[in-house]
Amino acid sequence: MSARFKTGDCVIVRTDNPAGHVRTPTYLRGKRGVILREFGPWPNPEQLAYGKPGWPRKTNYWVQFAMDEVWGGSGAYAKGDTVVAEIYEHWLEPDTARRSES
Amino acid sequence: MTHDDHSHDGHGHDHAHEHGHDHPHDHGPFQPDIKEPSEDWEFLEIALRELMIEKEIITAREIQDKIEEWDGKCPEMGARVVAKAWFDPDFKARLLADGNAGVGELGLEVPGLKLVVLENTPKLHHMIVCTLCSCYPRPILGLPPLWYKSREYRSRAVREPRAVLAEFGTDLPDTVEVRVVDSTADCRFLVLPVRPEGTSTWSEEQLATLVTRDSMIGTSIAKSPIRIA
Repeated sequence: MSARFKTGDCVIVRTDNPAGHVRTPTYLRGKRGVILREFGPWPNPEQLAYGKPGWPRKTNYWVQFAMDEVWGGSGAYAKGDTVVAEIYEHWLEPDTARRSES
Repeated sequence: MTHDDHSHDGHGHDHAHEHGHDHPHDHGPFQPDIKEPSEDWEFLEIALRELMIEKEIITAREIQDKIEEWDGKCPEMGARVVAKAWFDPDFKARLLADGNAGVGELGLEVPGLKLVVLENTPKLHHMIVCTLCSCYPRPILGLPPLWYKSREYRSRAVREPRAVLAEFGTDLPDTVEVRVVDSTADCRFLVLPVRPEGTSTWSEEQLATLVTRDSMIGTSIAKSPIRIA
């Protein structure tokens, strides 16, 4: 399978809120980030959690977010601090408002 | 402990308190005993375990062997990896490129997961958390410390990392990017801390003594040789 995004691409995490086992942290939903790395395809954990095989596999990305983007200034962090998380491809949309930073 | 805590009223058991004396004042044990199972999942685990043993699917010895296997894994294993990476630049390059293959050179395995080794530098400090549960590079560091699994650490690390770091005694200048790594999926992350200054003549074995568990989680930095000497 081919990956939809590449390192440096700007993405937005979907704001969906489905029931059940989900690996996308709530605090990152709707936030704008940048793809730092691609970790390749993995069985979909949202299916694995219910005893299913996890097909089709989903590409797992390392997505970086500025702390200000996530917390809007209310936290104990410095200007350049960031948070990175592994997010599966079906949770990401291209951020068309921003240019690729690669 | 309050009198109410000590009172067993309403707890559904009826044994008399036998303290070897009969005055009714409040004095519990200095440290409470490990509590009896009370949660649904605890009963489920006991029932499942006993059934599997009874049906000869698994033996108590096999369960104990597994517990001992996990108890045998410890941060010293990760410290060997870090010390070798400090000592041998070629090994470090291989380790950063492919964590699983890198630790494999030391006979360590991280089965079924992608091990990603993250190098801290004077400009970048990684700090690992799992906000969803307690993902941790157990095959390399052993079982995580209790605080790593606490709601407090998991919620605060991503929002106030500088405050959390300060509580661990780790004060970093604002010129260093603190990169909080939320371990949400199939990777496991191991921090390669900055090699302390004043160790250029140290052997790999000596270097390993400077590598702490927390420095590989990223809540701390490696020990200073000056403080040790």
